[in-house]
Amino acid sequence: MSDTQPSPTLAELVLQVRKTREYSRLTDAIPYARFMGIGVEHLAGEMLCRMTYTPKLIGNSFLPALHGGTLGALLECSAIFELLLQTETQRVPKVISLTVDFLRSGKAQDTFAKAFITRQGRRVANVRVEAWQDDRTRPIASANALFLLSEP
Amino acid sequence: MERCSLFYTDIVPHNHALGLKLLDIGPAEAVVELPYADFLVGNPETGVIAGGAVTTLIDAACGSAVILRFGRFLPLVTLDLRIDYLRPARPGISLTAVAECYRATRQVAFVRALVHQGDKSNPVASAQGTFMRLEE
Repeated sequence: MSDTQPSPTLAELVLQVRKTREYSRLTDAIPYARFMGIGVEHLAGEMLCRMTYTPKLIGNSFLPALHGGTLGALLECSAIFELLLQTETQRVPKVISLTVDFLRSGKAQDTFAKAFITRQGRRVANVRVEAWQDDRTRPIASANALFLLSEP
Repeated sequence: MERCSLFYTDIVPHNHALGLKLLDIGPAEAVVELPYADFLVGNPETGVIAGGAVTTLIDAACGSAVILRFGRFLPLVTLDLRIDYLRPARPGISLTAVAECYRATRQVAFVRALVHQGDKSNPVASAQGTFMRLEE
């Protein structure tokens, strides 16, 4: 896109990215996702989130282990991107409640997450998310989240 | 207070990266501030801070409250954390988490927290978490 064109609104961007699958255009538009290194990737036919490891994600320097908050953030971002890209909603859904279970400590490496929409109504969506590192069958954290979907 | 503040400097790189500040402590209570910053925005249309940053604020404040309750530094892990968002946060204003460890056994500690933007009677979020001491 040339510099002279106005940048699209988030809703326009969401519609474009659903078609083009240039996911980084959407994640780059969200400052916190950019700061955290959280991106969306299409791998083996499914949409996943990846949080690229950087030392600033560490919560315990002695182990070292990722900060619990960063795993919560990845799970929540993953749910939001799933809702934006796989449903009709064009506005960032508002989280109503989030419950995170921390299952294993996160190592100093990239972390992946996959969100599953368990129920989607007109106003509320329930999403379950799992995060893992080396072995997908051994998740390091999981979450159940409830979102308020805004009208388009 | 000084010793506990170490958790908000280089010892915990992610707390430092977000700009978290320990404001006050009690026997089993920690008050932690997350200053508003553009890089924390989760919704570019409204300027509201991302939920992930609030999760980190709450996790950090709750962890500190547990350490204060035990009265010494010990390695901790978060077992679970539940956050209810009671109202949208207003952009441009820092968020403050007040966490209290209301019960601790030898291994497990129970914490609740409220997040507000200056008015404790009108909180943004309410949270409850469970922490465990790691074997030493």
